[in-house]
Amino acid sequence: MTAIFIIAEVEKDDEVMGFISTISLTFIPLLIGIILLYGTYKRVPTYESFVEGGKEGIKIAVSIIPFLVGMLVAISIFRASGALDALMNWLRPLMKSMGVPAEIVPLLIIRPISGTAALGMTSDLIAVYGPDSFIGRLASVLQGSTDTTFYVLTVYFGAVGIKKMGDALKVGLLADVVGIIVSILIVGLIFGTT
Amino acid sequence: MVNYIWVAMTIIGLVFALINGNMEAVNKAVFDGAKEAVTLCIGLISVLVFWLGMMRIAEESGLLQKLTRLFRPIVKRIFPEVPANHPAMGYILSNMISNMFGLGNAATPLGIKAMEELKKLNRGKTEASRSMVTFLAINTASITIIPTTVIAIRINYHSASPTEIVVPTIIATILSAIGALLIDRYFYYRRSRKG
Repeated sequence: MTAIFIIAEVEKDDEVMGFISTISLTFIPLLIGIILLYGTYKRVPTYESFVEGGKEGIKIAVSIIPFLVGMLVAISIFRASGALDALMNWLRPLMKSMGVPAEIVPLLIIRPISGTAALGMTSDLIAVYGPDSFIGRLASVLQGSTDTTFYVLTVYFGAVGIKKMGDALKVGLLADVVGIIVSILIVGLIFGTT
Repeated sequence: MVNYIWVAMTIIGLVFALINGNMEAVNKAVFDGAKEAVTLCIGLISVLVFWLGMMRIAEESGLLQKLTRLFRPIVKRIFPEVPANHPAMGYILSNMISNMFGLGNAATPLGIKAMEELKKLNRGKTEASRSMVTFLAINTASITIIPTTVIAIRINYHSASPTEIVVPTIIATILSAIGALLIDRYFYYRRSRKG
């Protein structure tokens, strides 16, 4: 456990953080540069290849539209009708008995369903409870460590025309549950639950 | 399964709207949802075109294959069904790397491309293959190194230490990715026992 605390201490160091953010800022330009220079060196017709690859992008984007429309309309109805709120009220006591703070429950339910809604909720929780509170930190970690399972599934499978998803949804949602449990434990251990 | 979930979400929503008497909100929700979906896709066009164009150059120049060779020992274990030299490996890796750096808009095109290659490997079947499920599991666990958006929000609300959540996020993301892989393996073995 001490190891984690030490890393947490080092991480607060501005130099380390500056280094990390520099890496992420330079990553994309660097990548573009390397791809173009290496392509030229290997005598690839760079511009023509780029255009050919890009054409594929349009096809993919257009082909995802029906999948996303279907999914987002259903989610939108579910949310606007009050069904989502009812689900949350129903789950809240259950979650609370497992040590999950009630304030965070809506975020947990929305996280796998809608990325934009989850982001809105996270910033709302941070605004209301403060970024340096248990709730604020937990919301931050949760937002960063899990993804919008439904969106990923819809877009990736939709784009290549997979009709039978197999265990993908189950696996994805269970992975989210693991992410949630781990986030609560880690934030509690590192910062305490206040 | 998706069919049932999709219908259930819609119907339950309609029933609730009927009980709560907010049919008006539902009417609006239908068009808002559809609009949001199309807006999302239109927004995707730009990044899809750019990154798939770039990746085409990377593929033709052999850069993608080089990257694959570098990480082969690790990824081979995660995706035992993907041949080591297959282009799918390259796309899976570049998708994971983009995700790690928080480059969601570069990660999506690469992920779609990876899926496409995995489908070819599965002889074009419309059923999700073992590798596809594994790939999705990793993606939904979203391995992040720098959660940029969250840091921005925290700065916005005057956190004393906006970046203090970076290390907890990394630990959480790694553990949940391991969890996702274990769950994926469990379901795979259960499937294969059933035959």
